[in-house]
Amino acid sequence: MSHGDHQLDGLHNVKHVVLVLSGKGGVGKSTVTTQLALSLVEAGKKVGILDIDLCGPSIPTIFGVQNKDIHQCDEGWVPVFLNQEQTLSLMSIGFLLNNQDDPIVWRGPKKTAMVKQFLTDVVWGDLDYLLIDTPPGTSDEHISIVEHLRVYKPEGCVIVTTPQDMSTADVRKELNFCKRAKLKVIGVVENMSGYCCPCCGEVTNIFSSGGGENMAIEFNVPFITRLPIDPSLTVGPDYIQMEDSVNGQQTIDKETQSTPTSSPKTFAECLAASVSF
Amino acid sequence: MGKTVEGEIPEDAPEHCPGPESEQAGKASSCDGCPNQKICADSTPKGPDPDIEVVQENMENIKHKILVLSGKGGVGKSTFTSQMSFALAMDDNVQVGVVDADICGPSIPKVMGLEGETVHQSGSGWSPVYADDNIACMSVGFLLPNPDDAVIWRGPKKNGMIKQFLKDVDWGDLDYLVVDTPPGTSDEHLSIVQYLSGCGITGAVIVTTPQEVALADVRKEIAFCRKVGVPIIGVVENMSGFVCPGCKTETAIFPATTGGASVMAKKMDCTFLGRLSLDPRVGKCCDEGKPFVESHPDTIVAKQYMEIVEKVKDYCAKSQG
Repeated sequence: MSHGDHQLDGLHNVKHVVLVLSGKGGVGKSTVTTQLALSLVEAGKKVGILDIDLCGPSIPTIFGVQNKDIHQCDEGWVPVFLNQEQTLSLMSIGFLLNNQDDPIVWRGPKKTAMVKQFLTDVVWGDLDYLLIDTPPGTSDEHISIVEHLRVYKPEGCVIVTTPQDMSTADVRKELNFCKRAKLKVIGVVENMSGYCCPCCGEVTNIFSSGGGENMAIEFNVPFITRLPIDPSLTVGPDYIQMEDSVNGQQTIDKETQSTPTSSPKTFAECLAASVSF
Repeated sequence: MGKTVEGEIPEDAPEHCPGPESEQAGKASSCDGCPNQKICADSTPKGPDPDIEVVQENMENIKHKILVLSGKGGVGKSTFTSQMSFALAMDDNVQVGVVDADICGPSIPKVMGLEGETVHQSGSGWSPVYADDNIACMSVGFLLPNPDDAVIWRGPKKNGMIKQFLKDVDWGDLDYLVVDTPPGTSDEHLSIVQYLSGCGITGAVIVTTPQEVALADVRKEIAFCRKVGVPIIGVVENMSGFVCPGCKTETAIFPATTGGASVMAKKMDCTFLGRLSLDPRVGKCCDEGKPFVESHPDTIVAKQYMEIVEKVKDYCAKSQG
């Protein structure tokens, strides 16, 4: 770090920083981030989610809080709290837009400046975990976040992929990025692995199966778990209601009941266990 | 507060804000104390690039330039690009070129069955790699010593690569040049639009999946096209419904809670080009680099593809006249 380490005061009271990465888009980074956060909150932890996908922020949509605004206090930006206990807070560029459909047409330097501002200016307060959701790729946002976080010694990253070659081909690049950036890989999650027909129960591997696990073995990094395709995890605003997330327990139970074919609860527990330091 | 969409003066900007696009952005005295000062000061305005003319010359004999865009990742941009290119090239008299503008996650070498191929230098520039006699492809994947190597580049380096793809590749005479893009509305997208500004973009095909999380990003991409003046050919809904091979029941894997792409297209005043069902064989063909539309012509998805491609062809024919 060249200058101004002291500027990153916003993260001073954050115990663990975990990144969620993937070389590929649309594999479920934001969904995994959400599941992990809910599970940690349920376990009594204080969690913050920072969404650094500036051009395609999904975290506000997934939590159904697109219309929330960020308020400014003397110390900086106050994140959006999702429950009364204030144990789950979010920050995303989605909260800074006048209109949800406005595109963020920014080149690298401006994105880099925004990422840095998110790290310096957000008043997270005391957090057990800060989860950072990222865009696909190995470019400006990724280089910047890793550089800026270096002084904070992040715990590492959870890598998300889907099983097919087309996805793992890009994720292998992300694993090499982690190697180069000396970022520890906490583990690999294989998402969208098989789909169980709700009608007849037959499992079809729409995007193949096993690709994430094989990749983890090949790269000698831990494999966390496999998660089947679960349409209830993709429905966006309806998926987590504000009143439900007042109590993390309820939210997660509700999901489990609505999806008898898969087990997001076990999945989330698996994830949470992988980041218990 | 940071309401900082490029080109607009934020409502809560300080008095006498010079505007984020101004030469004075972040530097004027009125910028002192503004929370966006750092962001504004970092963006350097650029004049027109002399290479735009060079690109224009190199693209002289290319009839139609089609962008395949989506705000969202993993919705099937590369799959659509490959299958549309294979479909267009089924007519032996049609010459097709494919540019992979996704520098950090290039998928074109895999989906076109060209993994392990490399680019050759010739007197007239880089020779593209041919997937078939009439399909020329260019991707950063052809330039990597090892396919797993990460391309850890910031914006300017990515832009330089894209410029070379348009300016230094010996494309020859083409009927269609299809540009596959990464998700987002950033460097790659701005550069493509900027470098092709001299020769004109026929239009963009927007690919999405039915669920709101994807549509939310795709609406931003449509707004981007309008902002930079790229015509929209239409919207394609991919992964729309899955038919169980066991009981033949169709289920929505990515439920369209907000009406899906057709409703979104209508609201945004765009043409809806059609749906593509989720068929595991498409993904398998892409992993193996085979042309699904040619090898499984009797499937529902292949027919859906051909219908959409016909509409794209029609659009191109009309825009030419």
